[in-house]
Amino acid sequence: MSRMPKMTISVPHEGGAGLTGSWRTFRPVVDRETCNHCGICAMFCPDAVIDPDTLEIDLVYCKGCGICSNECPKKCIKMVREEH
Amino acid sequence: MTEIPKEEMLLKCPSTCAGCGSLLALRYILKAAGKDTVLVIPACCNSVIQGVYPYMLHTVPVYNIAFAAAAACASGMSEALRAKGEKTNVIVYAGDGGTADIGIQALSGALERGEDFLYICYDNEAYGNTGMQRSGATPLGAITTTTPNGKTVNKKDLDRIVEAHNLPYQATACSSYPADIYNKVKKALSIPGPKFIHILAPCPPGWRIPSEKTVEIGKMAVKSGIWVLWEKEYDKFTVSAPSRAAMKRPVPVGEYLKAQGRFRKVDEKTAAVIQANVDKNLKKIALEAAQSEETE
Repeated sequence: MSRMPKMTISVPHEGGAGLTGSWRTFRPVVDRETCNHCGICAMFCPDAVIDPDTLEIDLVYCKGCGICSNECPKKCIKMVREEH
Repeated sequence: MTEIPKEEMLLKCPSTCAGCGSLLALRYILKAAGKDTVLVIPACCNSVIQGVYPYMLHTVPVYNIAFAAAAACASGMSEALRAKGEKTNVIVYAGDGGTADIGIQALSGALERGEDFLYICYDNEAYGNTGMQRSGATPLGAITTTTPNGKTVNKKDLDRIVEAHNLPYQATACSSYPADIYNKVKKALSIPGPKFIHILAPCPPGWRIPSEKTVEIGKMAVKSGIWVLWEKEYDKFTVSAPSRAAMKRPVPVGEYLKAQGRFRKVDEKTAAVIQANVDKNLKKIALEAAQSEETE
């Protein structure tokens, strides 16, 4: 039996604002052959959904803003329309 | 160059709009501040993106407070922590409305008393959270929901108001230059006393720009000289590297204005006034930097 705390205190929890990937209209698709692992996409991702080591994009949370695609110096990230 | 830690202090994923400039800035602020930090957030976009009760996404304690009280709250917090002998960083993360308009009285008071905290204003140049109403920081010519034909007066020069309090450390930054933000926050937190950083954070829905252009528009603001990155440590005034390069040959402001939907009603006359203001400000900053170099 869990009881509500007396004060309104929130605790850190992943996904606490919902699965924001469902907002996406365009999905980033990376061409791994042209990518040279510079990491600029991970640096500029506001939501930090790009892993800085593997550069894998977490599509559960990616909102599809397209900053990675716009800033990629190799232009190897394409934004593809989601088919819901 | 300093290594930026890879660990994220924000869990996935705050409910900001896609391509939010202020979230990008906050990521690097928290990386620089580290775990021993308390955030004070007045009413602004950042008070509604923290997640839904009973969950939150910030891994550091956050205190949400009324619009006018952020600096006062941080003063008390820092006093209490210092009395206990703790070195916890107290950081206020407030919007431009909460700083330039509603929160300015508490901010001025706290700066005058010399409280030990860092006040960061992220400037999206309007009240973004409530639907882009005009604020004191809205620039000349910008369309907001309360200035449908474009604002007719200039942006409030918040930095000069704060500068009049003679702080130990003050800087401006832009969310498109994360390494610059990281270094400035690190430096600010190493100095005791009140500190102030003013960050330009492009807002895609409010500025009427596509979400992928956030970083590009921020860089354009710096390159055109409408936003200048500088820092002032005691009396030493330095222009930061990206702006130093931009000041040698600034891009015409017209390009920055054309790229944004909020400036679509700016006519040639207003554009000329904006350009003249930018030129005047750049001259003033170049002079101040030169004078600061001379006195050393």
